[in-house]
Amino acid sequence: MSKQVLAFQDVSFSYQDQQQNRSIPVLHSFSTQVYDREFITIIGASGSGKSTLFRLIAGLEEPDSGSILINGKKYKSRLGQTGYMPQKDLLMPWRTIEENAALPLELRGWRKKDIEEKVRPLLEEFGLSGVEDHFPHELSGGMRQRVSFLRTVLSGSNILLLDEPFSALDAITKLSMQEWLLDQWDKRKATIIFITHDVQEALLLSDRILIFAEKPVCSLQEVAVPLARPRRLKDLDDPAVLELKDHLLAQLRGKVGT
Amino acid sequence: MSRTIWPPAFLLAAFLLGWEAMARSVNKMFILPSPTSIIRKLWELKNPLFLEHLPATLAIVVIGLLISIIVGIGTAVWMSLSPSVEKALYPLIISSQMIPIIALAPIFVLWFGYTIWSKVVVTVLITFFPITVNTFDGLKSGSRELNELMLTMGARKQDIFFKLLVPSALPHFFSGLKVAVTLSVIGAAIGEWLGAQAGLGYFSRRMMTQFDGAAVFAPIVLLSTIGILLFLIVKWLENRMLKWRKHK
Repeated sequence: MSKQVLAFQDVSFSYQDQQQNRSIPVLHSFSTQVYDREFITIIGASGSGKSTLFRLIAGLEEPDSGSILINGKKYKSRLGQTGYMPQKDLLMPWRTIEENAALPLELRGWRKKDIEEKVRPLLEEFGLSGVEDHFPHELSGGMRQRVSFLRTVLSGSNILLLDEPFSALDAITKLSMQEWLLDQWDKRKATIIFITHDVQEALLLSDRILIFAEKPVCSLQEVAVPLARPRRLKDLDDPAVLELKDHLLAQLRGKVGT
Repeated sequence: MSRTIWPPAFLLAAFLLGWEAMARSVNKMFILPSPTSIIRKLWELKNPLFLEHLPATLAIVVIGLLISIIVGIGTAVWMSLSPSVEKALYPLIISSQMIPIIALAPIFVLWFGYTIWSKVVVTVLITFFPITVNTFDGLKSGSRELNELMLTMGARKQDIFFKLLVPSALPHFFSGLKVAVTLSVIGAAIGEWLGAQAGLGYFSRRMMTQFDGAAVFAPIVLLSTIGILLFLIVKWLENRMLKWRKHK
């Protein structure tokens, strides 16, 4: 087995509800591991605490107890250790595409010339050449997501956290972005943790699916996707996969519906 | 541009024509001077107006605005950095606007005499408010989500200030500045009414005592022109610095 890049060890976390002045438990004594170059999908209905998991990994929240290890190390602050891609593209409207993508490099104090050398070829590879001097609002939703993903890649981390990145895209764009993402995952040699509520998307993309259903979460139900790579959309019609899909949908519906 | 300029230009022309006709039929030029007589007066008085009174007023406006910008931005940044400063200062700044500055102006003449500073203080008191409040609101308007995203990239406090808060505040700052430049002309004129030896406001008031209607209006035309020009300069600066908005 390859090395662990992310580990949760007995992590408990409660969310503080400011308005009602009570704490809502999200994780209870939760443990899991993610290995190098895995593609993990986390599914669950909205409000099930999936995004909280990302906030914990990224270092925006600290666990009440337990520890979170990144690349085998326990950091005092995990901020700056992972690449986080939010649900909305969150590009800065006053920055050009190139300046937006270069933000993480700028924050690490790179020089202008080095930034340009690094970013230019990647812009081209991401299908963004010709628009590097445009502003975000001039681009389509799919293109903006690619800029946002490029910015995440340029964080330089091997762990990429993608929070429902394609949920706002239309079906056709979504499909081509999914194929493109798998391609990038392979090229960047990254570990991807991907949140979605789309079961089909989870099956198409990931090695393992973690289901976020009960609350607070003690252990996630975990499903390995029985498909080889590269995958085609029609692979999802395989009887074993269809059965798995029904199982996942039943899980989500049963646990959240009540 | 040309299409947007015609409706107001037409309306203005109609207004001036109506005024001209009315002034001529009333025929009391010392009370209601006609636009043409004002223009004639402007030409007649061009030496004292442009060489003496315009520079005096312009100096007040420019110095007052510069002080307001520095003090306004400084106060806004200070309040945005420290919640306790915000709590202490913000209500005071708001309530300072309830003080009738015009009524206070004589006291500044008492303190600063007939120097330029009694007028500058009035201008600053009127103009620092829109700059401070707008800049402060702008600094607060930085998106929380972007703030968190930058934190996950390992951003420090100063990174967030310069790369997120300042760019978010710029459009608000310019809105405040646009209000401030128009107010600055009013502030300077009020200051001059109350105690001055030169300036467009002072000159206009002096002419009133001489029942010279056209000479009362001539410096007012110049005052309005200063206001409009300052506004256009700010607008031009805004378009240059906020290029990304023009593309929308």
